[in-house]
Amino acid sequence: MFRRLEDSAPERIEIEIDGEPVLVPAGISLAAALFYLDAMPSRRTQLSASPRAAFCMMGACFECLLEVEGEGSQRACQLQVRPGLRAWRQLDPLEPGANS
Amino acid sequence: MKTSYPLVIIGAGPAGMAAAQVAAAQGVEVAVIDEQAQPGGQIYRNVDSSPLADAQLLGRDYLLGKPQVQAFRHTPIEYFPASAVWYLDRNREIGLLHQAEHRRIEAGSIVIACGAQERPMPIPGWQLPGVMTAGAGQILLKSAALVPSQPPVLAGSGPLMLLLAWQYLRAGVGVRAIVDTTPRHNRLQAMLRLPRALAAAEYLYKGLKLISAIKRARIPWYLEARNLCADGDEQLQRLRFDSRGGAVEIETGLLQLHQGVIPALQLADAAGCEMRWSEMQQCWQPLVDAWGESSIAGVFIAGDAAGIGGARAAALAGQLAGLQVAFRQNRIGQQQRNRLARPLQIALRRHLAIRPFLDSYYRIDNDAQLSDGTTLVCRCEEISAAEIDAVAALGCSGPNQAKAFTRCGMGHCQGRFCGASVEILLARHRACSVADIGRFTTRPPLKPVTLGQLAAASGDQS
Amino acid sequence: MVPDSANRYDTIVVGGGLVGAAVAFGMARRGRRVGVFDGGDRDFRASRGNFGLVWVQGKGADYAPYARLSGAAASCWSDFAAQLLSDTGIDVGLEQNGGYDFCLEQAEWDARASEMSRVAAHTDGEFEYEMLGNAELRQRIPEVSDEVLGASYSPLDGHVNPLYLLRALHQRLLDLGAAYHGAEPVVSSAAEAGRFVVTSARGRYRCERLVFCAGLANQRLAADLGMHIPLQPLRGQLLITERVPRFLPCATLQVRQTMEGTLQIGDSHEDVGYDESTTLEVITRLAARAVRIFPHLRHVRLQRAWGALRVMTPDGNPVYQQSRAHAGAYAISCHSGVTLAAMHAGPVAAWLCGEPGHPLIGEFPADRFDVSAA
Repeated sequence: MFRRLEDSAPERIEIEIDGEPVLVPAGISLAAALFYLDAMPSRRTQLSASPRAAFCMMGACFECLLEVEGEGSQRACQLQVRPGLRAWRQLDPLEPGANS
Repeated sequence: MKTSYPLVIIGAGPAGMAAAQVAAAQGVEVAVIDEQAQPGGQIYRNVDSSPLADAQLLGRDYLLGKPQVQAFRHTPIEYFPASAVWYLDRNREIGLLHQAEHRRIEAGSIVIACGAQERPMPIPGWQLPGVMTAGAGQILLKSAALVPSQPPVLAGSGPLMLLLAWQYLRAGVGVRAIVDTTPRHNRLQAMLRLPRALAAAEYLYKGLKLISAIKRARIPWYLEARNLCADGDEQLQRLRFDSRGGAVEIETGLLQLHQGVIPALQLADAAGCEMRWSEMQQCWQPLVDAWGESSIAGVFIAGDAAGIGGARAAALAGQLAGLQVAFRQNRIGQQQRNRLARPLQIALRRHLAIRPFLDSYYRIDNDAQLSDGTTLVCRCEEISAAEIDAVAALGCSGPNQAKAFTRCGMGHCQGRFCGASVEILLARHRACSVADIGRFTTRPPLKPVTLGQLAAASGDQS
Repeated sequence: MVPDSANRYDTIVVGGGLVGAAVAFGMARRGRRVGVFDGGDRDFRASRGNFGLVWVQGKGADYAPYARLSGAAASCWSDFAAQLLSDTGIDVGLEQNGGYDFCLEQAEWDARASEMSRVAAHTDGEFEYEMLGNAELRQRIPEVSDEVLGASYSPLDGHVNPLYLLRALHQRLLDLGAAYHGAEPVVSSAAEAGRFVVTSARGRYRCERLVFCAGLANQRLAADLGMHIPLQPLRGQLLITERVPRFLPCATLQVRQTMEGTLQIGDSHEDVGYDESTTLEVITRLAARAVRIFPHLRHVRLQRAWGALRVMTPDGNPVYQQSRAHAGAYAISCHSGVTLAAMHAGPVAAWLCGEPGHPLIGEFPADRFDVSAA
């Protein structure tokens, strides 16, 4: 859905999304990384399994919730990517935290 | 980190940075807590650490923040970035998460400088992946140098929408269409306020520059758009709307919504500050005096968190709050305070001179909101407008009763994205002003915190 | 000016919380033309601070009629919930398959055991309960920490969603033709020629019967008609967490898993006057206790914390009082609006309509608090 501007800083780092290693630009938020990777939806709601993705990118809407390093429901827009970071999309509506 | 500070400033945007610098310069011991990893707030995000090859593409106003951020970095204060205030009460007791641990701080004075959030723009399908706020698009650009792969549709009303379109154009990204919901009759009201706005003519000049650049790019610009509806199954596929009587459909995978910004009130609420409804800005604002002090003594609110005035006005308001705190803590005398404040007050008045014009030009039409009962009012708990209408029909006494009856506002976002909608729906049902409806009571936690983090803190205290 | 007939009701119920809504519903069902007057959206409301328990354990350990009343109320709950579901489509989420009350210290255990045996004695053994040690307890709820000494258990206990209960009652009220005056608090009332005149924030109304169910405001409002009801606020702070996978088989007094999957963690008992704010000290203490009982909740996020004021009579037992000076005026005060809801909508509403009601109702007069009676 989003691409990196060609002339911006070129450094890439490896992180893991849903157990898959991926390369993303260094210094960006995890929510931005998901847009960069087109990893949509970034979660499903617990109530109706409806697909969602980051909406406000500033910590207010809580749509970008993600499981990070075993901790569920972290706001991906408030976390910077770092090498080796492991995150899972919460795609199972009934079992939050089940991926860890 | 100490357990108490004479002054705690929450937020390191233009208002918070300015308040910190002024108070520290007068010898006040200051702690600044900010949720972001870098100072600057949303407006000056990454201004001195931009991933962009040329940050000029964001415009001159953005770069104005760079010296402010750099000066802030050299100010002798205790600065706690990436730290979230999850608790605040009227006794100025603060609970925050710092490096994933709960800390408790008592503050002599507090300056709340947490800025604004986007006014929710609820339309059917706004919860789909592929729909985001215009502000989110801008944050992706500022902080990650990310731009849409395909030209997006921008919908709504307000300067930020136009600014984002302009920035996308400068970044070489097209804009598929602008779907403008600004009501036509706003124009006359705005023109009446134009003479006063001339005192801040640079804002008008900047606006005209954006508009003419967008027009030159021949972006389809639909006016008086109503009944917007985002369609899609797993992701956004198209936007439907009516514009000047005709039905329009645009295929798009990305829709960026915007209808202005409103003060982020959670902290002021938590501190127990009195609020009033602003008919002009169509939002609640904390009551503050000329120095930014709220109805709770010692709790100041500066910048957009006290009412939308923009970044320049925010910095000036922050400086005034910083001076008043220094005066209260006997760091400066009254005369010195007044002498230092005078030029700030004059500049503040000038920067605010544009607001009546902007506020009336982009005043949202509440009657046009939430016309479709299927619209999700509460994205978190998935409560529709029709469900709020149903409890309104029960005679529901106000937003908090509606929350209790439906769970609307009980989800993760704590009502940030549904409160305004519930107020509009209840006011419509009762045919009264939102001022008479009231608002959700804000509950802690203001930011996420786990039981384990809290439990660990309890052990420390016993 | 509203025509006079529009301002006339058979019965006016002052208060639209769980108690007021339940008795108003019960009276409307008996054919009365009922007007319910409710306070503002931000008034003190015990009904929004409710823990949602249908609870018998420990109730009335020191007053046998309250033990029997609670037992009787709990036993009509399943029919009541089923009726609400069929009438309104609202599932109040009744789960009445027992409840635990955990003991973390030996002193707690000893006090509990004595309390339970007293309740059993008061009810001629109708109250069933068990005292479970840690091993037995963990067989039933494996997530319980080995730090927990044990728990009392009664199969009669249960829980509901108190907010949906309130909504269902309000919906039934309207369906039955009652008028709900939201955000229209009653200011005063007076007896006039065998009737009552009620003055609200917006107008004057007449009625034959008048029932005060106004929570803490009963003390002030019922005094207009000669009823002296001493009441004290007792603050409780409550926590709600995010949704978690279901692990609790039934209600507990410390942690309750709601029908949505969230956990409600309760609650404090603080004598702080008319102040319903939260404090860091209590929020962290409640979280610590929950984690001490269920260590796996350490990673669960707090969703909401808030305070509310319980309506406490001096002895903690309910008040059902008809004014001796002005027959037809009544006051009800209690802090068990959920447990007693079925009772309030049934026998208590009948009593308010002048029918015999339930023999236990007479055991809770307000004049037991009069100085002269002491």
